[in-house]
Parts: sequence; structure tokens; C-alpha cells
Amino acid sequence: MSTITTSPRRSPLNGSLKERRLPRWAPAATIVVAVALAVGLGLGLDITSKLQWGLMAAIFFVVGQYLLARQVEGPRQAKNGLVSSLVWVAFLLALLPLFGLLYYTISKGAGVINGTFLTHSMNLISPNQVGGGLYHALIATLEQVGIATLVAAPLGILTAVYLVEYGTGGPLAKAVSFFVDVMTGVPSIVAGLFILTFWIVILDQQYTGFAGSLALMILMLPVVVRSTEEMLKLVPNELREASLALGVPKWLTILRVVLPTAIGGITTGVMLAIARIIGETAPILMLVFGTDVINTNPFKDPQSSLPLYVYQQYSAGTDASEARAWGGALVLIALVMLLNLVARGIARWKAPKASR
Amino acid sequence: MDTPDTAPPQDVPPSKDDLLVDSPKGPRRGSGTSATVPALAGPQRGRGKVRIGDRLFAGSSRGSGIVLLVVMAAIAVFLTIRSVNAISHDQGNFLTTFEWNTQEGAPLSFGIAVLAFGTVVSAVIAMIIAVPVAIGVALFISHYAPRRMAQALGYVIDLLAAVPSIVYGLWGALFLVPHMLGVNAWLNQYFGWTYIFGQSQPGAQPRSLFSVGVLLAIMILPIITAVSREIFLQVPRMYEEAALALGATRWEVIRTSVLPFARSGIISASMLGLGRALGETMAVATVLSPSLLLSFHLTDPGGSTIAQNIATQFGESQGVGRDALIASGLVLFLITLLVNGGARLIIARRKEYSGANA
Repeated sequence: MSTITTSPRRSPLNGSLKERRLPRWAPAATIVVAVALAVGLGLGLDITSKLQWGLMAAIFFVVGQYLLARQVEGPRQAKNGLVSSLVWVAFLLALLPLFGLLYYTISKGAGVINGTFLTHSMNLISPNQVGGGLYHALIATLEQVGIATLVAAPLGILTAVYLVEYGTGGPLAKAVSFFVDVMTGVPSIVAGLFILTFWIVILDQQYTGFAGSLALMILMLPVVVRSTEEMLKLVPNELREASLALGVPKWLTILRVVLPTAIGGITTGVMLAIARIIGETAPILMLVFGTDVINTNPFKDPQSSLPLYVYQQYSAGTDASEARAWGGALVLIALVMLLNLVARGIARWKAPKASR
Repeated sequence: MDTPDTAPPQDVPPSKDDLLVDSPKGPRRGSGTSATVPALAGPQRGRGKVRIGDRLFAGSSRGSGIVLLVVMAAIAVFLTIRSVNAISHDQGNFLTTFEWNTQEGAPLSFGIAVLAFGTVVSAVIAMIIAVPVAIGVALFISHYAPRRMAQALGYVIDLLAAVPSIVYGLWGALFLVPHMLGVNAWLNQYFGWTYIFGQSQPGAQPRSLFSVGVLLAIMILPIITAVSREIFLQVPRMYEEAALALGATRWEVIRTSVLPFARSGIISASMLGLGRALGETMAVATVLSPSLLLSFHLTDPGGSTIAQNIATQFGESQGVGRDALIASGLVLFLITLLVNGGARLIIARRKEYSGANA
């Protein structure tokens, strides 16, 4: 067989039977022509914005490629080519702002971050002054998110276990599943509002880091439940049946067979949920209140928080504070990326070999 | 059922316990042999001992489910009671009043109209821009890009989806808004006749609903892309290969096998993005210069969204004022609920026709 497929006897296919094709260099040539046309038109009509030059070049390329292909290869191939160019354009279009955002944040924030910035609070530093740091916010964020995770992760995982292993199809499971969906849609500001009126106004508690954690729990819980549920559903039934067939009780089967099989995915889900809530600003703004001094006790007195710090520094509006806001944003992004990397590492490390 | 000897003959369908111990053919093959006796006795002996552990575990997992239900019910009931309280104190009509006066002393008069308008309009702008681009990028990553590049890109998109909204807000306020000036002027010049893009004060700072929509589009783009890409990658290879074998071009493969399979997934991805756009607070609060004007000149500065209004007002309001904000939060909650419910309906209906679950 292999001799036939590799032999030059295939050449008849390349002859009359094969459809007419544009040469391989055609797209490159179209790009050159489109760019030249756009530059010429831009210079001729005196358009200053380079963005418009780029857009014109993109349009010329897409249209030119389509017309050319339609002439040579026929309408079906032309449509195929048109969609290909559109997909490329969509990709470049999306790349621009997203990488712009990353680049801008890094270039603005990198100059601010140094040892002092990471280890000092904003105590006694006025918005106009250069200096100060986000140590107080960093500590507070880690504490608030830690507390929220300690509560929400076990609760969410157990709920998912119930949904997948115990309550399948029952009325309670259906109700829980429905409300998890509803809860996913709760905007963070509404969760903050709920805790504000319930915890602080009615129960007469203080503005503390813990109040913020409560709101973060509400936001984190449905995410953990959903991702864990998906992961548990991926565990093959044969594993459960094999374990049960060996006489292992159901709870041990879940604990020793089902959960370890899915642990990589579950951990990833929890990590991603953490990454999601670590940047929440709105509820923190309402519940934690914000402070410039270091407060390591999340249960007493206001704390700060990284996203809140960024917002406050931005709102202050001076050059020094805006620079600090960029520094805070960069630290926040770095933290989220770190969590993402760890989550991916765990997923890769723990993933069952068969699924790769 | 104590010993295999009393096991039912094979014409009786085996019960669940039989299945756990042996294969359906078991009773005949294993009857009388000593090998199955311990196998059967094993789980029975164990079952008596571990029943407590089983009950504990089942109970705690059911308990967490109930806790979740209680929390959710508490939120719903609480928000409703507060909202009813607020609306009963409202001097104006909650649905149509164009102002938000909740200060103590002055007559309370507030309405959701402008806020709901701003919320929906900015989210719709975001969806119009983001969904086609996101589908394009997801297709690029799953079907067009070279494989190594695709993996790296997928990774980057996942990371971007996790960038906190406050960072988008900061970037939007300090970078995007100044750069929107030119875009707004261009839109005003060539598309001013559509009314929507006409500016009543040309050259004004573009802290407008349109800018907010663009920023939200950029923000939800990675989320929609990340989810859609996952769906596109799950399309069975067989479908695509079958289409290719029939001589379909790449676009025809995507149109006939990838998109129909992924339609419900794309819809739920978009709804996820829409949900975030509707509830987004900080990115709106930093970009918009809020005003309670309902204007269809989308590039004019002003307008207001529900979430942004809560964030800027809650500090100054007390008592009924706070309840009024809760009422607006409830409206936001209901809008998201409607959107999610609609998406769920579409997905459920699609499932019956899709070959995915066959």
C-alpha cells in the first residue's frame, strides 16, 4: 500500500482532475498590494490615524482575496478563503486591545514595584506623595480570600458530591442544581449589598475583612459546585462499579476512588474560582471599607484589599497615586496568573493518563 | 439471597444486589461453587459496619446542598422584603421615574428606568462587538492556527479571562477613554445621521455608554472565546472527517459539522459573557461619568448602570435609600436571571435535535 501512495502514479490526480488553485504566494501578494493601497490612500487622502490605515489594509486584503479566489477557484473556495481571512482579522482585532492591556499595565506598573512598594503600607502618605506601598492590601486580600476558600471549597465540593453521587434526579438535587445556576448569576455588587444589609446593618457587625469574605463565599460557592460537578461526572462509572463490586462501601468509594480520580480537575476548579474572586472590587468596597494601615486581623476593624487599593489610588487622581494604581494592578495580575499557573500545573500533574 | 443456592433462576432479571456481586450470568455459573460465597458475604459483613460512615458522608453532602439552598433562599427573601419596603416609600413610579433622590428629608423619588436602560444598552453593545469576534478567535485557535501556536494562544486567552475587572477599569479609564475621542469624532462625522452615534456636544470626553460597551466587549471577549474554544475542540473528529471526505472545504466543514454541534455551547458562552457585562461594576464606575439622563446619543457622556449606581451611591445613602439600592439590585438580579433562563431554554431545545447526546 505504502508504495502506491508514495509512488509518482498519483500524478494523474494533479492533472486535469484537480481544481484550479491559486499559487501559494497569492495571499502574501494580496497582503502586499492591500497594504500598499492602504498606505497610498492614507497618504493621498491625508488620513493621520495609523489605525485607519490598518483597517483599510485589512478590508482591501479580505475583499481582494475573495475576488481573486472567485475568479480562479470558484465560489465555494472563495467563500472558504473569505471566512479564513475574516477569522484571521478577528484574531488580530482581538489581539490588539488584549495585548495592549497587558503591555500597558506591565510598562506602567513595572517601574513602581520595588521592595518598598511590596513591604510598606500607605500609612501617613498623602495622595500627592511618591512612595508607600500595598503590603496592607496584599495581606488583607490573602486573608479574605483564604477565609472564603476555607468555607466555600469544602461546602462546594460536598454539594457537588451530593448532586452527582447521592441525589441524582431527586427533587432536592434538582432544587440545589437550579439554585446553583441562579447563584452563578448573582452580580457581585448584589452579593455585597446582601451582606451589607444583613451582616452590618441588621446584625450590627463591623466593617471587617470577614464581612468581605462572606460576600466572596457567596460568589465562589456556585463556581466550585459547577466545576466539581463536571469533573465528578467525567469519572467513568466502571471505576465506581469495580470498587463497589469489591465490597467497598459507597462513601469509601467516593472518598478513595472517585475524588482522587477527579482531584486534578477539582483543584483546578477551586484555583480558578479563587482567581475569579481575588479581583472582586465591588463587594470589598462596600464591606471591608478600606484603610491605609496594616491590619492583620480580618475579624476586627476595616482592612484594605488589592482591588480596592487599585480603585482608591485611581480615584485619588494624582500622578503619584495613579502610578501606585498601576503597580497594584500589576501585582494583582501577577497573583491571578500565578494561581492559574499553579492550577494548570496541578491539572497536568494529576490528570489521569488515559485522558491525555 | 443468603447463599448462591437460593439465587433466582436466570429467567428472573437479576436484582441490583446481584449485579454488585457478580455478572448477570453469575448465578448459573457460580452456583454451588465456594468462590462466590465469600464474595457475597464480604459486602454484607462490611455493610453492617460502615453504615455509620456511609450515613455520615451522605448526610454531610446533603447538608451542604441544603446550606446552599438556605443561603440562596435567604438572599432572595431578604432582597425582596427590602425592595418592597423601598418601593412602598417611593413617591414616584419605580419603573418610570427618571431620578434617584434618596436623601433623608427630601421627598423620596427614584426609578429604575435610566439605570436599566444604561445596563442593557452597554451590555448589548458589548455583545454585538464581542460575540462575532470571540467566535472568530475561538475558531482560529481550534481550526486555523498551527497547533503549537494554538496551544499557546489558548493558554493566553485563559489567562486573560482571569484578569480582574478593576484592571480593565483602570486601563479603560486611563488608556481607552482618551483613545475613544477620535473614534467618536469619526462616528459622529460619518454615522451621525443614525442619531445613535450623533454627538450633541462634539469633542466631549467620551465617558459614555458606548465607551463602556467597548470596554465591556474587550473584557468579556476572552471569556466567550475560552468557553467556545473548549466546545469547538469537543466536536467529534468523525463529523469533521466525514465532511472532509465528502469534499467539503474548511469553511463548509465548520458550517456543517462544527457550528451545529457547538451552537448551544456558543449560546451559553455568550450568556456567561452577557451575565458578566450586565453585573460589571468597577469597569463601568471608572469609565462612565454618571448622569441620570436617558439619551439615545450613545456617544454622549452620561448615562448610568444599575451596578455602577449602587457602587457610587451606597456610601451616601441610609435606611430607605439603601433599600432603594437593594431594589435596583434585585432588578439587576432578575435581568440576569431572565437572560440565564432564556439561554437554558434554547440549550434544552437544541439538545433534542443535536446528535451530540445520541
